[in-house]
Amino acid sequence: MTIDWAGFTPYSALAGGLLIGLAAAIFALFSGRIAGISGIVGGLLRPKGGDIAWRVAFVLGLLAAPWVFATVAPLPVSRIDAGTGTLIVAGLLVGIGTRYGAGCTSGHGVCGLSRLSPRSLVATGAFMAAGFATVFVVRHLFA
Amino acid sequence: MNILFALLSGLVFGFGLIVSGMTDPAKVLGFLDLGGAWDPSLALVMGGAIAVGLVAFGIAKRRTVSFLGLPMQMPAARQIDRRLVLGGLTFGVGWGLAGICPGPALVLLGRGLPQGVIFVVAMLAGMALFEILERRKSKTPIVFHQPGRSPS
Repeated sequence: MTIDWAGFTPYSALAGGLLIGLAAAIFALFSGRIAGISGIVGGLLRPKGGDIAWRVAFVLGLLAAPWVFATVAPLPVSRIDAGTGTLIVAGLLVGIGTRYGAGCTSGHGVCGLSRLSPRSLVATGAFMAAGFATVFVVRHLFA
Repeated sequence: MNILFALLSGLVFGFGLIVSGMTDPAKVLGFLDLGGAWDPSLALVMGGAIAVGLVAFGIAKRRTVSFLGLPMQMPAARQIDRRLVLGGLTFGVGWGLAGICPGPALVLLGRGLPQGVIFVVAMLAGMALFEILERRKSKTPIVFHQPGRSPS
């Protein structure tokens, strides 16, 4: 393994991580809920009374974030190499997988690990392992 | 008030994703590429988020209501089953293909990037498919095992 020191951005990564943690903290301590993006979005597809508004508000906050951010600082680049076909397959797998596994990087990876949940540790291990394996296959076996 | 905190939380979450580099799929794939030139940055994103989370959820665990007086709705599911593992693996394959997970997907959509639109539409279709399959299953009269679901 070689380390990409040129691409390594420890300070912005740590600062961003602290902000993500802060967002999860606000949501847990004020709203009493887990800031799990796939669960919040997925719940919108299963409408229950009184359960919609806060989900929509959270999603709107995420959607508005790049706009608000751009008023303070220039947005960093988002390089997306995946083509349309890959994006569709990836999106489908992420959608169905996060709902079956009851969580994604935020719900299991951040909130679940912070709660010391064994269930989330297993889920995080599973999606990290599959992520590493997929990139290995795509980049080094088929490249 | 709850709506306001949900909006604020989503906004701060989005800021964190942008600052951390999570909304740059090429960087995410650089982290997942252990066989190439590995970019360890995202381990620090997780570390930073969990450092704050440990304190916050430590407080949350000792409370029955939130600061707003709302009931604490932390996940009650405990079982580690096939669903959890297969779901996680499926999600991981999708994450590894494009370098996009649900939070960053919404930020990319908010930015108005066409790839963000395509990914989110496909992701919603995947989630809808799950709902359809679940609803069909719940009509089956005999249920041997009721898998718990946490709102994450």
